Amino acid sequence: MRKCYFDHVATNPLHPDALDAMMPYFKEEFGNPLSIYEYGTSAKKAIEDAREKVAGLVNAKPAEIIFTASGAEANNFALRGIALAKQNEGNHVIVSRMEHHSILNSARFLEKSGFVVTYLSVDKNGFVDPDAVKKAITKETVLISVTHASSEVGTIEPIKEIVKVAKEHNIIVHTDAVATTGNIPVDVKDLGVDLLSMAAHQFYGPKGAGALFIKQGLRIVPLIYGGIQETGRRAGTENVPAIVGMGKAAEIAKRELHERMAYLRPLRDSIIDKMAEVKNVFLTGDRDKRLPGHVSFCVEFIEGEAMLLLLAAKGIFSASGSACSSKALKASPVLLSMGVSAGLAQGSIVFSLGTGNNSEDIDYLLEEFPAVIKRLRDISPFSQGWGDREEGGECTVKK
Amino acid sequence: MYSEKVMDHFTNPRNVGDMEDADGVGIEGNPTCGDTMKIYIKVKDNHIVDAKFKTFGCGSAIAVSSMVTEMVKGKTLEEALAISKETVADALGGLPPQKMHCSNLGADALRKAIEDYKSRQNR
Repeated sequence: MRKCYFDHVATNPLHPDALDAMMPYFKEEFGNPLSIYEYGTSAKKAIEDAREKVAGLVNAKPAEIIFTASGAEANNFALRGIALAKQNEGNHVIVSRMEHHSILNSARFLEKSGFVVTYLSVDKNGFVDPDAVKKAITKETVLISVTHASSEVGTIEPIKEIVKVAKEHNIIVHTDAVATTGNIPVDVKDLGVDLLSMAAHQFYGPKGAGALFIKQGLRIVPLIYGGIQETGRRAGTENVPAIVGMGKAAEIAKRELHERMAYLRPLRDSIIDKMAEVKNVFLTGDRDKRLPGHVSFCVEFIEGEAMLLLLAAKGIFSASGSACSSKALKASPVLLSMGVSAGLAQGSIVFSLGTGNNSEDIDYLLEEFPAVIKRLRDISPFSQGWGDREEGGECTVKK
Repeated sequence: MYSEKVMDHFTNPRNVGDMEDADGVGIEGNPTCGDTMKIYIKVKDNHIVDAKFKTFGCGSAIAVSSMVTEMVKGKTLEEALAISKETVADALGGLPPQKMHCSNLGADALRKAIEDYKSRQNR
């Protein structure tokens, strides 16, 4: 059976060249980068080479890149580190409702620690309005964090415009660029951000490696205290193989970025165009300002996890933001914040393409997906419409 | 994540469909929560002789509906009322803990269908 991996927002396969670059650091080059003899110096050099490559991918200086173990850690570091460093200047933080859990839950932690957090709503296409950012700013605001793109709906946010608003008030801006780095051009100078998070496995690097760009001169409080690794801002013996793999993946991504985008966009668009012909299937997120390989729908009258499982049985691997497919059993906050009704949000499905996909994969998806939709609609009591149950008000079922 | 039985009933659900001449209909859940089940029963001499369902929901919700409609056929109304969330889950070889309540609405929908039948009899 054909296997089509369409869940690149979950993770990407490791680029073979990145694996090759990593292998020596699992084996003979096992040294601790802090050691002053040759095992250490070669490991240290490998990390600094990787830092240069990661910096090159986002147009930063190498000294502005701090390696972390994940994108989530970079996000935690940015929010908590800046809020704590700035707590004597103000106690207000602004985030959007489109953010990843690592931002939202860090924001909730800050609230428990005495900060006030504004959660910005988005429009029906998932855009954060720079004017809404402007209105949310108070004299207490010390940090604004808005994602560069949501992995759930693929919408690319107007970060430059948000930075412009923030800089009128001299406020620090962080963006979670985990979904965008290595997938679209990401340039910290052009965006104007002060901090930017990334994760290697989102651009064919290994899991266990992420990074936070911290603009030169910016003071941040560490998350992890200990040794002097990462100039004292992130203690702990470095994950040398993963960092080397991230560097290699960054180098390849920089070289192939435009080629990858040009390859993925037509594949993405063919899914969007073809599925527009199926009744009551709605694209979520913006049609144009979206990630090159990202397609997301809400399919009315059926539920996402059921779709996902039937597709998986056909060798098609996707994601869903429906309540049932989440461990928390809650409908996607991203979709709800975009004004999607709770019933419709249950029909969420996300296909995220990668360089390993080809047009035959898309043809196969376009053959199987409408069949799965029909099969589930034949089982659904709502195939003729939601009736009086669409907004049934309260959820009476105990979870 | 799911047992083989759950996957079997989800991918090949039994008794899917509407029933024009049903003697009782029960609906449980609403789409805001994620799952809605509609169960139809046909009753003769105090026995459930046929059952059908339509379900909006995840894999386990569909499997539960299919299993409940299989379990009730041939049972007396009293026996059918004894079917619980636990007996349905057991018949399916277990359900993931987070699915025990939200997706396991079959027994409740069935009870409503039986109540509907009884209220029609009293009319």
